[in-house]
Amino acid sequence: MCFHQAVPRDRRSNAINNKELKIGVEMQATAFNILFYFTAAVAVLSSIIMITRYNAVHALLYLIVSSLSMAIIFYLLGAPFAATLEVIIYAGAIMILFVFVVMMLNLGQKAVEQEKLWLQPKVWILPSVLVFALLFVLLGAMQGTGVSQQVNLVSAKQVGITLFGPYLLVVELASFLLLAGLIGAYHIARSPDARAGGTARQHDIDQNVDRVGGNQEQGGQA
Amino acid sequence: MNTVIIDHALLLAAILFCIGLLGVLVRRNIILMLISMEVMLNATGLAFIAAGSYWGQADGQIMFIAVVTLGAAEVAVGLGLTLLLFKRYNSVDVDNLKQLRG
Repeated sequence: MCFHQAVPRDRRSNAINNKELKIGVEMQATAFNILFYFTAAVAVLSSIIMITRYNAVHALLYLIVSSLSMAIIFYLLGAPFAATLEVIIYAGAIMILFVFVVMMLNLGQKAVEQEKLWLQPKVWILPSVLVFALLFVLLGAMQGTGVSQQVNLVSAKQVGITLFGPYLLVVELASFLLLAGLIGAYHIARSPDARAGGTARQHDIDQNVDRVGGNQEQGGQA
Repeated sequence: MNTVIIDHALLLAAILFCIGLLGVLVRRNIILMLISMEVMLNATGLAFIAAGSYWGQADGQIMFIAVVTLGAAEVAVGLGLTLLLFKRYNSVDVDNLKQLRG
């Protein structure tokens, strides 16, 4: 899929060409495998670095590296459409959401010091043991054949035909989910003042009592 | 043609899932927890893609699209809750939420 191989058309030199072709294909396969394992190593390393950063913005940058390497792996696995989606949605839209919120909170150096207090070496011990136990269970469940498997290319056209054919319900469900996420995020992140809305005047006293009692720390943030 | 040991792709998915889970367990900053959750969702997507590539069917990528949609909705709501948490406690420490009582 990725590395196109030349098909010999001259039948007289078929034997020589076959040999050359074989060597070429082997070299391509080796290059393919090297690229796969290299990208996998980059993904794992960047994810490990990501979860140990003190600064949220640094973690986001490593998440971009992880997403891009995952996109390359998707491409190598014969899913170019998924690779495109990974770049556009993960490294694009979701990242922008995170950056937007990080900039809105404006945490600064104080948060970094707080993180250094939280992330002492001893807090890593028990979660690491639990996660390694989970990893061994997963590895035990994945006792596969270990044979080389030819990568099957699944084009965007096939995905589209299947998506809008037998899986039409998934499209509807995805749209419902996104609508629910949109309305939920809008409702949750709205300031309490706006949430009171038009009824604020009628229950003015109640609202004020509620605000003074419950939300004193908010100050002028709204 | 290009071959890959499909087990290794699944192994990578398992490792990435475990890294994300470790991040969720260890971090107390709610933003970092959400980022780690993104890595976990990415790993499940990789498992779907690898299976789809193994069978040569488009179903894996469709499940990946569903996972991406789920991730986007989850991040939108989660970051809204983060803003609310920060407004109320002036901190992104998720342990503040232990004071929730009904």
